[in-house]
Amino acid sequence: MLQPIEGSAAVAKAVALCRPQVVAAYPITPQTHIVEGIARLIADDDLRCELISVESEFSAISAILGAAAAGSRAYTASSAQGILLMTEVLHNVAGLRIPLVMTCANRAIGAPVSAWNDQQDSMVMRDTGWIQLYCADNQEAVDTTIHAFRIAERTELPVMVCMDGYILTHTLEVIDLPTQEQADAFLPPYHFARTLDPRKPLTIGTLVTPDFYTEARYANHRALIRAQEEILAADRDWEKISGRSCGRLLSVNGPYDADVAVLSIGSVMGTLSDAREQHPELGPVKLIKLRSMRPFPIDELKRACERVSELIVLERALSPGGGGIIGPEVRAVLSELHSPPRIHNFAAGLGGRDIPLEIYPKLIEAARAHEVTRFAIIDVDIDKLAVEDR
Amino acid sequence: MGDLTEIRIEGRGGQGNVVAAYMLARAAFEDARFAQAYPSFGPERRGAPVSAFVRISDEPIKQRCQISDPLYVIIQDPSLLHVPNICAGIRADGGILINASTEVAPARFPGIAHVTSIPATAMALRVLSEPIPNVALLAAFLTLTELIPLAAYERVLAHRFHGQDLKSNLQLVREASSYVARSSWKEASHAAAN
Repeated sequence: MLQPIEGSAAVAKAVALCRPQVVAAYPITPQTHIVEGIARLIADDDLRCELISVESEFSAISAILGAAAAGSRAYTASSAQGILLMTEVLHNVAGLRIPLVMTCANRAIGAPVSAWNDQQDSMVMRDTGWIQLYCADNQEAVDTTIHAFRIAERTELPVMVCMDGYILTHTLEVIDLPTQEQADAFLPPYHFARTLDPRKPLTIGTLVTPDFYTEARYANHRALIRAQEEILAADRDWEKISGRSCGRLLSVNGPYDADVAVLSIGSVMGTLSDAREQHPELGPVKLIKLRSMRPFPIDELKRACERVSELIVLERALSPGGGGIIGPEVRAVLSELHSPPRIHNFAAGLGGRDIPLEIYPKLIEAARAHEVTRFAIIDVDIDKLAVEDR
Repeated sequence: MGDLTEIRIEGRGGQGNVVAAYMLARAAFEDARFAQAYPSFGPERRGAPVSAFVRISDEPIKQRCQISDPLYVIIQDPSLLHVPNICAGIRADGGILINASTEVAPARFPGIAHVTSIPATAMALRVLSEPIPNVALLAAFLTLTELIPLAAYERVLAHRFHGQDLKSNLQLVREASSYVARSSWKEASHAAAN
């Protein structure tokens, strides 16, 4: 049903529609409203679920790892330093092939401490072995949350649903909230083949010698790549039920033959879309929305960029001393094309800095420049820095 | 995007600023329009100045950048008039609605098309016995601008309040609405549409 609702409240309801049996979380802004919403649904008897208040994010993720391994559908949400505190367990969840869903309400990480949005927190978790899906708006956050449980349970891999903190979590907008019947038709009850059961004892998390570690890592890598099929199937099947797609692994919007394209991720896509509409004089431009950061959609990316000569990659995180995070991956994949585009890589919107409509003409202008921008933070104000830091 | 109207609400933490923004967006939804509402991002503290923002349009709203040049600014707390640039970025053809017990001279905001004051806290104290100005302010705002029919706003209040609380709030809406000159800011709304 269409309704005006805050992003976090909508995600809480979407989680409840998936009938989780265990939720554990520790409060951190901007994630807090999501778990508060779930707690309220439990308190009001709208959801039967065990809510575990834990003493840290390390415990939150550990508790739901155990819960899922013991046969319960389980969920948590966190942000920033909270996600970082989970690091060791995030790797274990993926390596142990435990199906879990976590919402990352994206927030910058310290130091310096920032309570505001960027995507550094989930981007540093790129290599944990979690599936990572990014949401462009709150409708996508709701729908992707529902996809996530099915993807996780069919692949036995954890899924991180990433939504920009504040920009999405704290924004009220009109959302079509699915019905329980729709969710039930899409998502069968949780069943975990390796459920811990004293009647059929088995070990999860044993020591692996060099004889098998490589094979275990290979299998994990292959599982992530194969997960593309389930991400696509979830989007297709949910589209049949709801009428909405979240844009598969990656989606392209704009003229097919445009030779300029902007690739980005998360909530900035809408701003870029409105800005493009305001600036027809800048010529035809394709917008490429990256939804699945892991697994990385190599074939789809190549197809999207076949006719592109200037590609701008805009991201909300960076790898200090290297440059961008998405930019270099895109560059590596597209180097396999017969005639790869020039790739200009920018970061913007770090630690809550607004990405205004005016960024769009700046990006297009940069793409037309003689020199390729290998990497730059486009909205840095150099004058604020001491001379030695410039 | 052509008809996009942007509004900023200035208040203090705990005054119902975000609630006001959300109510305005809900009223737009009740009027079958698209809306987006969000608070100023970051840590929240009771009593500290906080802003909240609303976008209303006939078409889906995609952009998620901050509102930097609103057409309208609503000031919930008269003490905020002492904050420099409280109306920063407001468009010249726009309007400023101030909750103040005594009329604020429009000359304080030179070059702004419309400046209107209303003693919303006093009205709320009298009708609700609570010093919460947002219901009255939004009623006055919608009467001045006719941006959304008051009936749509009243439906939002009916979702939120029940029984005597609803009756009192609807009475407050009527009083605040009749305090200001109907559609006298409409020029600005038309300017926004063009």
